[in-house]
Amino acid sequence: MQPFTHITGVAAPLLKDDINTDQIAPIMHSRSLKEDYKAMLFHRARRRDDGSEDPGFVLNKPQFRTAAILVTGHNFGAGSSRESAVWSMLANDIRVIVAKSFADIYRENCLQNGVLPVVLSPQDADVFIARVVAADGTAPFTVDLMTQSISGPGGPDIAFDMPAAERTRLIEGLDDIELTLKHMDEITGFERRAADAQPWLQRTTDSRR
Amino acid sequence: MPQTLFDQIWDSHRVGARSDGRDLLYIDRHVLHELHAHHAFAQMERQGRPVHRPDLTFAVQDHTVATKPGRDDTTNPSGTAFIVAMREGCHKNGIRLFDVDDPEQGISHVVAPELGIVLPGATHAVPDSHASTVGGVGALAFGCGTSELAHILATQVMALKRPKRMRVRLDGRLDAHVNAKDVALKLIAELGVAGARGHVVEYAGAAVAAMPIEQRMTLCNLNIEMGGRSGFVAPDDATFAWLAGRPFAPQGALWERALAHWRTLHSDDDAAFERETTLDCTALEPQITWGTDPSQVVGISGRVPEPDAIEPARRAAAQSAFAYMGIAPGTPLAGLPVDRVFIGSCTNSRLPDLQTAAAVVRGRRVAPGVVAMVVPGSSRVKREAEAAGLDRVFRDAGFFWGESGCSMCAGGNGDRGQPGERCVSTTNRNFENRQGPKVRTHLASPATAAASAIAGRIADVRQLLAGAT
Repeated sequence: MQPFTHITGVAAPLLKDDINTDQIAPIMHSRSLKEDYKAMLFHRARRRDDGSEDPGFVLNKPQFRTAAILVTGHNFGAGSSRESAVWSMLANDIRVIVAKSFADIYRENCLQNGVLPVVLSPQDADVFIARVVAADGTAPFTVDLMTQSISGPGGPDIAFDMPAAERTRLIEGLDDIELTLKHMDEITGFERRAADAQPWLQRTTDSRR
Repeated sequence: MPQTLFDQIWDSHRVGARSDGRDLLYIDRHVLHELHAHHAFAQMERQGRPVHRPDLTFAVQDHTVATKPGRDDTTNPSGTAFIVAMREGCHKNGIRLFDVDDPEQGISHVVAPELGIVLPGATHAVPDSHASTVGGVGALAFGCGTSELAHILATQVMALKRPKRMRVRLDGRLDAHVNAKDVALKLIAELGVAGARGHVVEYAGAAVAAMPIEQRMTLCNLNIEMGGRSGFVAPDDATFAWLAGRPFAPQGALWERALAHWRTLHSDDDAAFERETTLDCTALEPQITWGTDPSQVVGISGRVPEPDAIEPARRAAAQSAFAYMGIAPGTPLAGLPVDRVFIGSCTNSRLPDLQTAAAVVRGRRVAPGVVAMVVPGSSRVKREAEAAGLDRVFRDAGFFWGESGCSMCAGGNGDRGQPGERCVSTTNRNFENRQGPKVRTHLASPATAAASAIAGRIADVRQLLAGAT
């Protein structure tokens, strides 16, 4: 996994609650195993009915085309568990999402891919949003996971919380499977005990065969 | 110390704790589908990692398969690559696949319980947010992403932070023609689309106890639409009777031993939940969504709410929903003209769902101009429905009767509506563009969907059956 330490870039405000994964990464009508995740991101919201780009959509505005930070409302990433909703962020070099809250599965998918999900307290979120709106893409913000702070135009640094273990995993770019494989002895030990205690769970037999 | 059933299942599956503080939760049953599996297979191959327990892993082709009779890999061309890659991955890794033409093919959340693959007190994972459907038989299920899917393939555990506990008590008795779908929509309306975020929900109370297992699955299926991490109903005699004799359920002496264990699966009387909420289901009427998220719900006799009646934080979303749905505040839901009706999906495609819909449809005709579809949740459901003559009831009325799969729920197989169409759907998400670009989805029960197909308008099934128009 790509490590995350800090990033400096434009912050784009997408100030809605409950933005769901059907909006972030719609299931495309025709598709292949190798999807164009860059084009997938907010595919419908970015376009007008005739297929042309909607200049009103925030990520289409010239100042936000290279945004590295997405700023949004509550329950971001609700809906489907599709990881393409995070891959499409990465494909557009968006490495940080600052939200008032995240849907559970979406947040997990961010952590798996080195995308930093930042939740600010309600007061800090409102202050930060006001600064992002005021900056309007003219000056970058820096999100630093080492110091757990956001700095940029319009005011003092804003601190954010991140559980220590998740912070380490992101900073070091640790492979999640590697972390668990260290516990393989415990897993096989569990399986031996479970085979005695609840044998019907440690085997699958089609009784018709 | 008094324990919740959630704690009982979690603790008995906790392998250990990782250095980052996450619990390693053993996954008894892992079920894949073709939309996400190929990424994980490719990742495993790249990293040279074997599947740790192929014998506890199953796979189903469901999201992209065509529903057209006589379908094959290529009937939906945009699904072919996914179907083929899944088949190859399963073959290579020794995973039992319920393939496109398998007699047990179907939607993973329908197939796993009906074959007895998922059992009470078992942990279950699917790379799909509706995994908790199987909570209806008392299993603890988690939806996951693709990276987590690969993680489970490699290790048979999930690395999770322990969620919080929540109990939803459903009191009272449901009226005729009102069922779990209506209850779930009402709950989501009350609690909101993030109302259960971070929590595992135990559904309890008299109304739940009275629900057949299939309805409990509908209830648990919609748990994610209020943001819940998982949701289940404690197993009881109805659950055990439902599972007995299913192909992958334990048999003989092993069944007796399992049954003795399953009877211990319940929350202690004084167990503590971080959150508790109660809904009285007495006199609940059929529910239907008016907007573009599953919390925008009213009773079938209700009207699209006025902006003043909506809490300020939700008003902008409502305004946007009015525009997308093409309905003005104050409009009665009943009577809105309907272009399309879809009965199916992991939410409402089991045999009793189809029986309920067929009872409404029998001897009637789909209104002119309405495209109406029934897509059974599994090939087994389809066979059972056909044995009972339900396919004839639907076909005679003018419904399309399809092969099983996810179909129009997310349109991943090409089954989609046309722009601007209004669709009454028994699915789980009324998100914009989900059932096709600009399609206006109203979520409702199979009875309401069937009644609306007949009336050609959103209809109150109780009035339709009473002869009123």
